[in-house]
Amino acid sequence: MALLDSIPHTEVAERHRPWPRAIVGYEGWNEATSLLVHGRLTLLGLWGDAGEVHMALLDERADDIAVISYACQDGKYPGVGAKHPPAIRFERAIRDLFGLEAVGARDTRPWLDLGFWDVRHPLGKQKPAQKPAPYAFLPAEGEGLHQIPVGPVHAGIIEPGHFRFTANGEHVVRLEQRLGYVHKGIESLMDGASLEDAAKLAARTSGDSTVAYSYAFAQAAEAAMQMLPPPRALYLRALMAELERLANHFGDIGAICNDASFALMHAQCGILRERVLRAAEACFGHRLMMDVIVPGGVARDIAPEGAASVRALLAEARKRFPRLIELYDNTASLQDRTVTTGIVRTDYARQFGAGGYVGRGSGRGFDARRNLAYAPYGELKFDVPVLEAGDVNARVWIRIREVEQSLSLIEQILARLPDGAVRAAPSKAAIGEGLGIAEAFRGDMLVWLRLDGKGRVARCHLRDASWFQWPLLEVAIEGNIVADFPLCNKSFNCSYSGHDL
Amino acid sequence: MRRTLFESLTHRPLTEAAPAPDEAALAELAKSFERAARAKLGRSLSIRQVDAGSCNGCELEIHALNNAFYDLERLGLHFVASPRHADVLLVTGPVTKNMREALLRTYNATPDPKWVVAVGACAADGGVFSGSYAVAGGVKDVIPVDLHISGCPPSPTQLLSGLIALLDRVSRKAANS
Repeated sequence: MALLDSIPHTEVAERHRPWPRAIVGYEGWNEATSLLVHGRLTLLGLWGDAGEVHMALLDERADDIAVISYACQDGKYPGVGAKHPPAIRFERAIRDLFGLEAVGARDTRPWLDLGFWDVRHPLGKQKPAQKPAPYAFLPAEGEGLHQIPVGPVHAGIIEPGHFRFTANGEHVVRLEQRLGYVHKGIESLMDGASLEDAAKLAARTSGDSTVAYSYAFAQAAEAAMQMLPPPRALYLRALMAELERLANHFGDIGAICNDASFALMHAQCGILRERVLRAAEACFGHRLMMDVIVPGGVARDIAPEGAASVRALLAEARKRFPRLIELYDNTASLQDRTVTTGIVRTDYARQFGAGGYVGRGSGRGFDARRNLAYAPYGELKFDVPVLEAGDVNARVWIRIREVEQSLSLIEQILARLPDGAVRAAPSKAAIGEGLGIAEAFRGDMLVWLRLDGKGRVARCHLRDASWFQWPLLEVAIEGNIVADFPLCNKSFNCSYSGHDL
Repeated sequence: MRRTLFESLTHRPLTEAAPAPDEAALAELAKSFERAARAKLGRSLSIRQVDAGSCNGCELEIHALNNAFYDLERLGLHFVASPRHADVLLVTGPVTKNMREALLRTYNATPDPKWVVAVGACAADGGVFSGSYAVAGGVKDVIPVDLHISGCPPSPTQLLSGLIALLDRVSRKAANS
């Protein structure tokens, strides 16, 4: 049974690919909400548009996806978040950007609009800005509690955001995040932008996932234009995606250990990360491989000496990394910090549809590369590691296992790399809507867009994996000591820029 | 652990071992930086990094300055946790309107003499994000900037050579005053 069969809808949008989009009324929207509440469906995204809201849904048993759209009445739509908490922050963001209200929402505080813009509802019916009301943090009651405000400017080379801790002595009673500081208005800049300019914006949504963003953006644009990139381009995309995953996982494993004051791992993993970036530069002329994936294929072929530098990287990583894993596993003082710290319960990971190492460290095995098997991953062999413990240690081990899988994937990609062209010309006249989902290093991320038939983007929405992970960090830190927060935070490594847009 | 540590003692440092051309340029840059820093700032320069709205790409490359290949600290340059300990603010990103006040406060909390380096294409003029309702512009639109380092993101080598240019400027200022 297809996902949409269980949701009453009036019509199915004509040019929405590769998964369908249905127009629903009150009944259909509420039925979808109820399926989310009962765990039959997983929320993939919730975003605004001119006078309507869209919700992307995933049926994990069938790996089926659909988008449903609800036309707002008087700027209102039936709230999802009051019944299904993963939707709360989306509703707050939709209100800030579009002025569309979720009926029944319990949390109506702003989310991205911190009161510094000149306009309200910049993507909807614009209104002049008002003096903002003071932001009310959620209360925590009890004896001997004190608050610790942290940020937006943090003590390190890290993105800005605000954390409000309420603690009893060393123990965190409540953490509340306040994000939105790096909101750049990416979605509004995309409105009416040429496909090339929009692709550049997508590539700069979160620098550590620039390949994954370009990947999902290209998938969405190609779906909307009904075109397929050449096979060689598909393999080169996967090569870049795995290099990006390697670089980030090496960096994270080292940085997590560093936050437990074990600098040796940090230094050693930093060397491996640098080697990945240098191999990437040798292959594609850019250390982070920015702007290489474009709608239609890839902007440039792998350099003639590229494959050799990647093979040298594989050999080096296979020689060095096992020793570092052993070091991690055999250092009692490090294990003491990571084991049983910052636990994410498996039911929360399921409810929030958490992806990446956060989900897979807590029993949720979804990986877009395997479950959606987008090209060329359907032709490649790899395992998706899953652990149940849900602590910092589990998230480290998922990364370690994924490094091993990525090394194997890269080897397979190089062995199977097809010959031929790397780019097909996109059709400027295409009108249509497309949905792209790619597995970034931190989890599945989604790009939805509509093309206007003149080679321009009419509307684009980008949903980072972090949207479903940030809220779980608030829960994971509960009952832990303040000093373990950097450790927990790094083990999540959520994106600020990808979330704030 | 013993094997890894022992290897660090018996093997030559990575910076010197690599013979590639960019490594050589890096060693050259490192040398001139060391001279200037010692003459004008007594061997040490403290840097506070501020992300005023970047995509995080610049932060990744600034982080790389600390790895074994670039090893910024051997030059007496180090990152500090508070603006109150800093000589240099290394600012990335277009300045978002939501971060403008935080950037100003950070600038005001940094003691004189201080220098501001704007890192990356966005920090110059807002880059691909300029024109947005949520972006205040480049760093110079909010606080005075002494130097721009270009690149999207700038490579660690570009960052190093940019910091040297700053030292040249600082030494000229000192000579004029």
